[in-house]
Amino acid sequence: MTESMTHPGGQTGQVPDAMGRFGPFGGRYVPETLVAALDQLQAEYRSAVQDPLFHATLDELLRDFVGRPSPLYHAKRLSEHCGGAQIWLKREDVNHTGAHKINNTLGQALLTLRMGKQRVIAETGAGQHGVATATACAHFGLPCVVYMGEEDVRRQAPNVFNMKLMGAEVRPVTSGSRSLRDAINEAMRDWMSSVETTHYILGSVVGPHPFPMIVRDFQAVIGREARQQCLARLGRLPNSVVACVGGGSNAAGMFSAFIADEQVELVGVEAGGRIAKPGDHSASLTFGSPGVLHGSFSYVMQDEDGQTGQVHSLSAGLDYPGVGPEHSFWKDTGRVQYLPCGDEAALEAFDLVARNEGILSALETAHALAQAIQLAANRPKDQMILVCLSGRGDKDAAEIARLRQTAM
Amino acid sequence: MSAIDRLFENLRAEKRKALMPFITAGDPDLDFTADVLKQLDACGCPLCELGIPYSDPIADGPVIQASYTRALDRKTHLADIFEMTRRVAPTLSMPIVSMVSYSIVFRRGIASFVAEAQAAGIVGAIVPDLPVEEAAPLAEVCRREDFSLIQLVSPTTPRERAIRIAESSTGFLYYVSVAGITGERTRLPADLAENVAWLRARTSLPICIGFGISQPEHVRQLAPVADGLIVGSAIVRRIAQADRQPRDQVLAQIADYIRQLLGALES
Repeated sequence: MTESMTHPGGQTGQVPDAMGRFGPFGGRYVPETLVAALDQLQAEYRSAVQDPLFHATLDELLRDFVGRPSPLYHAKRLSEHCGGAQIWLKREDVNHTGAHKINNTLGQALLTLRMGKQRVIAETGAGQHGVATATACAHFGLPCVVYMGEEDVRRQAPNVFNMKLMGAEVRPVTSGSRSLRDAINEAMRDWMSSVETTHYILGSVVGPHPFPMIVRDFQAVIGREARQQCLARLGRLPNSVVACVGGGSNAAGMFSAFIADEQVELVGVEAGGRIAKPGDHSASLTFGSPGVLHGSFSYVMQDEDGQTGQVHSLSAGLDYPGVGPEHSFWKDTGRVQYLPCGDEAALEAFDLVARNEGILSALETAHALAQAIQLAANRPKDQMILVCLSGRGDKDAAEIARLRQTAM
Repeated sequence: MSAIDRLFENLRAEKRKALMPFITAGDPDLDFTADVLKQLDACGCPLCELGIPYSDPIADGPVIQASYTRALDRKTHLADIFEMTRRVAPTLSMPIVSMVSYSIVFRRGIASFVAEAQAAGIVGAIVPDLPVEEAAPLAEVCRREDFSLIQLVSPTTPRERAIRIAESSTGFLYYVSVAGITGERTRLPADLAENVAWLRARTSLPICIGFGISQPEHVRQLAPVADGLIVGSAIVRRIAQADRQPRDQVLAQIADYIRQLLGALES
């Protein structure tokens, strides 16, 4: 019996294994103080997966509170503009709170309650996971502390305000690069001292086992729905599936449903930043090498001593020096192709989608859109490209205005 | 038999306990680290823990984090640290143990790290982010090279597991006093001595307690149940003054503080 929700039949070779390994990647490199909590989480998840009531509760929340299933939308004008393949968007942006992150936070909040823990902490980069965690905690009446890099507090101000409106405490992190990586460090440090009463709702498929598995499984609803919708609406699977990858949770959720469909091309898009020089991008699968960061073994940007490298992306959610271990596994097995997309190309895609479709996408998502637009232009009209539209872009409006030095 | 095994055998024969200071390599620079090592040795510390600065130390509180940041800002590289200890270690009577993230060990290559550390006069490693389940590849190399791999037990460790960790640890067992990060604390958990004593009765491995220990009173309380006590942030906080005060003065303050703790240990 597998522990995981997504692979009941072992269709993808049942990863991770009992040690949390996706091939050589993953594992659990954490201080001893956290091991008992990770064991407890793993055990609770195993029992939840086998509990019909847990599934029924989560499904009901996803339907009535989040608004699932999210639509599959044919971006006709955008496709026409590209002049090639048809672009279809899986609309995670229309979820409650405006991104895919809520799929995971509701699942983990339910696990928090099952474990009898009374407090929740989280990290956030773009603020989408922070908002989704604050939302889940408000829904269940759990106190919530969100760690957020000071630089991200500045560039994602609307999300900070939303978190506070829902009663969460936002703690700005002033150490290191003041972005997502440091927010994870601070959340881990909080957890070291509060582990017996607090659950850490990690927001991506990163960190120590079992987080990469649990977060993927809670996000797998994206891929399951999208695959079904493709078959129901079009009677076929897409030719290509494209998603952006920071830590990689929306991509993991989307790809997991298509891994076994070998004819479907899977493309993950990393933040290429300004240029392909260390410190100017966040493309750890493209330019990094395997190493240990934040409790797991995966591709990472590190110097020759193992110190974490500086990274850059104009999108706070992709501004991270590591990536989920399952993505490293998919990269090395060749099942998924990972490509970088630069800041400028992402901004162009953002504009193109805004003006042709009336959709403001998150800057993170715009990286996937840029790649999809490029793919579509070079593929025949009868091909179908599915993009995970992972989040909405309202949060980025002020930052885009600042980058362009224009008034809002 | 490793240098640490011999050290604790001698200490036990003399019915003495070890005071083990922790300092960060390269804080504020490696010349000063060498001076501090000599000072600690002159004070009579039997063993010293040398922190290899790391960019993302999740088990460390603000004081040690800041010391790592200072060291890394001055571009302290692993090779430079080994070069310093290679020069200094032969002049000391206390062995040096490294405190190092697995991120650094893995990037260097497990066998290379152990070989380079040994060549630099370092006798063992504490790897705070390497739980026993993940330790096998490093433990195998350490055993072969007689390089101590000191493992950690914390208040959240179930008792069965604590015994398993003690069985796979070499040199000594690091008992983390509190569920939390490093840093000075006024009070330590009430059941700490009792929990250490429980484990003490089940392993012959020396047990050293660390995290939060900073006051002579802590030393007096815990010395009876442990083989050694580790003091980190309280010393690192004093070293942090080296950028603002004359270095001789800082060294003298460290010596005063160490003697105070050693006095409490003897009493």
